[in-house]
Amino acid sequence: MTQHSRAKFQSSGKIQFGIFFQGVNSGTIWKAPESGSQTDFESFRRIAQTAERGLFAAFFLGEGLRLREHLGRPHALDVAGRPDAQTMLAALASVTSHIGLVATQNTTYNAPADLAHRLASLDLLSGGRAAWNVVTTDNAWTGANFRRGGYLDHADRYVHAEAFVETAKQIWGSWEDGAVSSSVSAESWAAPSHARSVHHSGQHYSVDVTPRLPRSAPYRPVLFQAGDSPEGRDFAARQADVIFSAHPKFDDAVQFRADIVSRSLAAGRGANDVQIMPASEFILGATDEGAREKKEWVRSLQIGPQQAVAYLEQFWGRELSAYDPDGPLPEIDPVVEETSETRGSGFHGAKARQLAEEWRAEAKEKGLSIRQFVSSRTSRVDATFTGSYTAVADTLAEYARVGAVDGFNISPWLIPTGLDDIVNHLVPRLQERGVYPTEYIGSTLRENLGLATPVRSESLEPVPAGNAR
Amino acid sequence: MSGNSRGGQRGFLALELDGDGAHPAAWRKARHAPDELLTGSRIRSTVLAAESAGFHVATFADGPVNSRPDGMGCDVAGRLNALHRAAFAGPVTSSIVLVPEADTVYTEPFHISTQLASLDYVSGGRAGWLVAASRSAEEAAAVGRSFVEGAGLPQEAAASVEVSRRLWDSWEDDAVIRDVPTGRYLDVDKLHYVDFETPPDFAGAGYSVKGPSIIPRPLQGQLPVIAQSGLLPSAADVVLVSAPTPELLAAEVAEVRARWAGDGGRAVIGGGPAVVAELDVVLDSRGQSASARLAELDAFTSWSSSRARFVGTAAELVDFLADLLTVADGIRLHPAVLDVELEELAQLVLPKLRRRGVLKPVVQGATFRELLGLERPVSRYRHVGASAGRGAEATAAVVGSEN
Repeated sequence: MTQHSRAKFQSSGKIQFGIFFQGVNSGTIWKAPESGSQTDFESFRRIAQTAERGLFAAFFLGEGLRLREHLGRPHALDVAGRPDAQTMLAALASVTSHIGLVATQNTTYNAPADLAHRLASLDLLSGGRAAWNVVTTDNAWTGANFRRGGYLDHADRYVHAEAFVETAKQIWGSWEDGAVSSSVSAESWAAPSHARSVHHSGQHYSVDVTPRLPRSAPYRPVLFQAGDSPEGRDFAARQADVIFSAHPKFDDAVQFRADIVSRSLAAGRGANDVQIMPASEFILGATDEGAREKKEWVRSLQIGPQQAVAYLEQFWGRELSAYDPDGPLPEIDPVVEETSETRGSGFHGAKARQLAEEWRAEAKEKGLSIRQFVSSRTSRVDATFTGSYTAVADTLAEYARVGAVDGFNISPWLIPTGLDDIVNHLVPRLQERGVYPTEYIGSTLRENLGLATPVRSESLEPVPAGNAR
Repeated sequence: MSGNSRGGQRGFLALELDGDGAHPAAWRKARHAPDELLTGSRIRSTVLAAESAGFHVATFADGPVNSRPDGMGCDVAGRLNALHRAAFAGPVTSSIVLVPEADTVYTEPFHISTQLASLDYVSGGRAGWLVAASRSAEEAAAVGRSFVEGAGLPQEAAASVEVSRRLWDSWEDDAVIRDVPTGRYLDVDKLHYVDFETPPDFAGAGYSVKGPSIIPRPLQGQLPVIAQSGLLPSAADVVLVSAPTPELLAAEVAEVRARWAGDGGRAVIGGGPAVVAELDVVLDSRGQSASARLAELDAFTSWSSSRARFVGTAAELVDFLADLLTVADGIRLHPAVLDVELEELAQLVLPKLRRRGVLKPVVQGATFRELLGLERPVSRYRHVGASAGRGAEATAAVVGSEN
């Protein structure tokens, strides 16, 4: 492509789907009779194979390296306890053939050479379907499960993550193309001096390794990234192939796209080089009314009375179980200076008292009970598409037309049947509208996402220590 | 067999599935091209072949591959992650036990514990752990850690195994309650901090692990832990025993057994860890004698191994294994060339051993613990009470604390 065309964003006119098997958080309903196991392999197999039947591009697994806590105890109210992402994806690789396999993996509590090796292994094992959702953590609370403990300052986390990703890319690029012989009568298993060693010596770690895996067909795992701060967006614009965004609403998605295009260009990449797949939830029915009724049911099971009170407790820093979930917000003040949100999710550090006052005022003005108020606060509100199959298909077609997003990463609210409606009813309507794939284009995730094969980094010289660029 | 020193119990057979075989030049005699080795289809075909041959256990080696390039080129220089290979094999198999090697020195014990517990889930309880303690300076440099040697190695192994054992118990079996009236998915009184700390005399960099696990208790409760004799003096469920020659192997097995039993090696399974003999195997194949095949392979690359090596006919091997199983609980075979030896073993060795009645039956869906005759253990925290889940009255005191 010419420089000019690379600089101008062009919509593909299509959207794709990913499935995000959360395994933790209140989005997954466990109280319904049809709620399945969160750990049995059959749940994972069923949902991955349904997604593949619906030509989904990717199957996502999340990761949290310490069990969530609430007021100093493990959080009891939501689904919790999930398998290791890469182990589960390696197993799913044997019972699926086309769907991408995305592992959320932490840069803080892994060693670059080890993580890069395991991701390369998953990529080869799956025939080029592996991806890495790059996440960072800095808290000592999570570090308590690891040899190094909490060693990283919050401000350093993207500097650290970027050096980590650069090192991983060098490891994935260290073997020559076609280094391993394709002849049964070869004299040498691989070309002599087939691999270059990789060195990195930085502030937080050092790496000195001769990688032991060749390049996969798509060169390396696809990189996803979900950071939303300005630093996170710049990091994604420099390093990621796909952003797992928090901006599913139409106008917001269009703005986010424009922002990422400009950041990508500023980073020297093409306008189409970074794809965007926002987190989303779908509540569908044969009619709009049916879908609305279903939504009432879904929400009542996602945010039960105990969850609503617990949501406030994490900001108040105290037990509030004496309060009626269907009554007004507590008049008593938080006992903490800063909020201590359920650990292992979301943000920390808001000023508790001020927040409580604002929320009380808002709930009073709108006449909302604790339960209603909490339901209105969760991030799912913006991320949910509710309506008839036809209406939602029309809505998504408009996203595709303008290129607001490249796809949606769908969190099903039921395991393992939560994609059935989408695959059976929404996907065919999207295909009729010409905005959804009718077959897998290729066998690798990179091909199916329409991502270009990356260029090998010119230099295998180490990234200078602490290089934030 | 009657009158054997294990009280007439039958044994099991394990097969190492690494690469193209145990001989470094094995890839030259493999029935596929080099670039087909590091693929899912290769794992699928080899593990299914081992399962249909009647092997009870498949093991998956890990770590750096020692391929020394010389004037003639290099041998196999790549290896997929062992835990991945075992996990990939889980859903496509139904009886064979899957045991990846995983290092304890240069890995994070918390990750290894989670990965192995996950393997137990994807294999339906057919997982084990072959504990390794890397002696590789290369692996230390790769992850930027100080090189650990000597007495530090068993300490690292023991610490990592203890972390996993505690984490596997940190969710009691019935921790997931799904209690709709109280809105509780979990009973936090059945979740436990493990608070592991390395001992004061720990040679390497000490560390601590808080817990609880991030995955519920494995299907087996505790995965069986396998280690080379001497690495884990007290924590292994299965010990691997090597000797310089096949003739010395039975005596070595008896001696190792005696160390636990203290009765002259006549303990039965359950009286100590299961004892498994390690054996390299080269067989006659397709009209070529084993010794000629070995010479041909050695001409490419010499094969040094710490294990006893059997070189001979299938019939001789049947006799040898049947004898060895009178003292050993199991035998792990390391085929010189996987494609070649596995074919011979499947056709000429395992059927005869089955007819002689020296092998345990292969049971669909049985767990590794069941194969070993081990009970499913109760969590060590079962009666500890509220460890991670404090009583409600204590909650106010820990608000905002770090735990």
